[in-house]
Amino acid sequence: MLDSVEPYVTADGRTIGGVLMDMRGITLRFGGVEAIKNISFDIREGEIRAIIGPNGAGKSSMLNVISGFYHPQEGEVWFRGEKRAAMKPYQVARLGIARTFQNIALFEGMTVLDNIMTGRLTHMKTGMLSQALWYGRAQAEEVANREVVERIIDFLEIQAIRKTPVGRLPYGLKKRVELARALAAEPKLLLLDEPMAGMNVEEKEDMSRFILDVNDEFGTTIALIEHDMGVVMDISDRVVVMDYGRKIGDGTPDEVRGNQEVIDAYLGVAHD
Amino acid sequence: MSADFLYGIEVVINGMMAGVLYALVALGFVLIFKASGIFNFAQGVMALFAALTLVGIMEGQVPFSHLINAVFGTNIHNFGWEVPALLAILLTLVVMIVFAWAVQQFVFRHLVGQAPIILFMATIGLAYFLEGVGDLMWGSDIKTLALGLPQGGSIWVEDLTSGFGGADFYGFFIDKLDMVATVVAAVLVICLIIFAQYTKQGRAMRAVADDHQAALSVGISLNFIWVLVWSLAGLVALVAGIMWGAKSGVQFSLSLIALKALPVLMLGGFTSIPGAIVGGLIIGVGEKLFEYTIGAPFLGGATENWFAYMLALIFLVFRPQGLFGEKIIERV
Repeated sequence: MLDSVEPYVTADGRTIGGVLMDMRGITLRFGGVEAIKNISFDIREGEIRAIIGPNGAGKSSMLNVISGFYHPQEGEVWFRGEKRAAMKPYQVARLGIARTFQNIALFEGMTVLDNIMTGRLTHMKTGMLSQALWYGRAQAEEVANREVVERIIDFLEIQAIRKTPVGRLPYGLKKRVELARALAAEPKLLLLDEPMAGMNVEEKEDMSRFILDVNDEFGTTIALIEHDMGVVMDISDRVVVMDYGRKIGDGTPDEVRGNQEVIDAYLGVAHD
Repeated sequence: MSADFLYGIEVVINGMMAGVLYALVALGFVLIFKASGIFNFAQGVMALFAALTLVGIMEGQVPFSHLINAVFGTNIHNFGWEVPALLAILLTLVVMIVFAWAVQQFVFRHLVGQAPIILFMATIGLAYFLEGVGDLMWGSDIKTLALGLPQGGSIWVEDLTSGFGGADFYGFFIDKLDMVATVVAAVLVICLIIFAQYTKQGRAMRAVADDHQAALSVGISLNFIWVLVWSLAGLVALVAGIMWGAKSGVQFSLSLIALKALPVLMLGGFTSIPGAIVGGLIIGVGEKLFEYTIGAPFLGGATENWFAYMLALIFLVFRPQGLFGEKIIERV
């Protein structure tokens, strides 16, 4: 069930649907520090929504609120037209919200394939015994899960490293494996925490292309945080700009670019 | 073949069977340490407690009977029934699962994110607590575990192998209980490996062992997994308690088998299931072979008590990460 807002079609032919996630008046405090101050914004189905802002603006905190790692003191989180109760991160994941982390959280000891397979855990329904005995429906389910995973591996062009333990991979590939694991859950909402942090220009371009392709091919709604304005403006449909825990801008990249407050936040403002 | 050589083989076989039992205890440590980073000092006491509970249930003992009698002035000790062994084992397993849940709920849930030394201290407390509860529940007298497991040397093996050597060789002496223990331990280990590799819960367990944050993000409940690993450690403790209890009676010293698992862990590494098995075998065979070839003839015997620790010390000097642990490289 989605809130009723008019769907529209973007310039490149993607359909943006109703509101998938609605953050209403979120305030998050750590002791006396307000990391997020009364922020509201929505994420619509099928869009790429970016949250940007300078360091310490509260972007990651916001993402952690969405994924259940932090619990806001005030405000409501609405998902698919329903108010979400306070949830643990694993419960949020089971709702269909997958995420990646700024400093990469992968299972370093497992192979790439095993890592991505863990993304399918929420889709495994057969019993423990039949899985152990590799019998009946468990077998069919495992094969189906493998197919989904193989498709994602092809899609992200990581066939060559499927059997490699993740711990041995370079940084850029780890980021890609983490994206693959999040995708394997077939999420309704995909949260990316600084997907391009620490990458060189070429890797950034690759990652941008993957994000656009994921959105286009799987129709996945994506919310991403980025520090670097340039890349984000190119790939996102709408942008929220945060500074010192406040929302200072919200709209299409063009609208945001022209916003005086945003320019001040990024370039600094003369005090006299 | 000379009789000495053949007896050497017998020593190796017996060593391997003892080693499997060491491995079984070490496994309990590895399971919990891998999934939660807790070095569970209470593992040995868990084995004791499981064995006590099993005997108590089988004999129809009233739990806490001394306490009840002291408070209410009654004189009850026994329900007056006997529970069949298999049912009693299942009931004991239920008790161990309840214990696992309680440990997570009342102790470790409140200590998430604490330093390893604090978690370790908590398990020491847990060990003494559980020891006391065990005493209070079932009494502190030495009990015999009458599961009907075969005891004594296997005449069958002796007859079969007596033809291998000359007139001075009488066949391998192999304890029947050791044989049963080996088979049971092997089956348990195979089941654990299948569980960890192929089931959803097993995969989730491996995931939690690797990275907590990542596990949460793919929808795994850490709390559930921790209760699960403590339950599995309880199961391993129960099996170890049964085997050692059947061998030497159910008494306090049973909890000291945990100390024998320490050198096994130093050899095999704290995080490796195959390591625990191989480490157990090396210690088992090593101590028996050392006693047979060097200890008894030259050192006056009784080397089995300290050989394992000496081996562990040597390992600590030359390969502190154990046989299967990842090589420790410090980046500057």
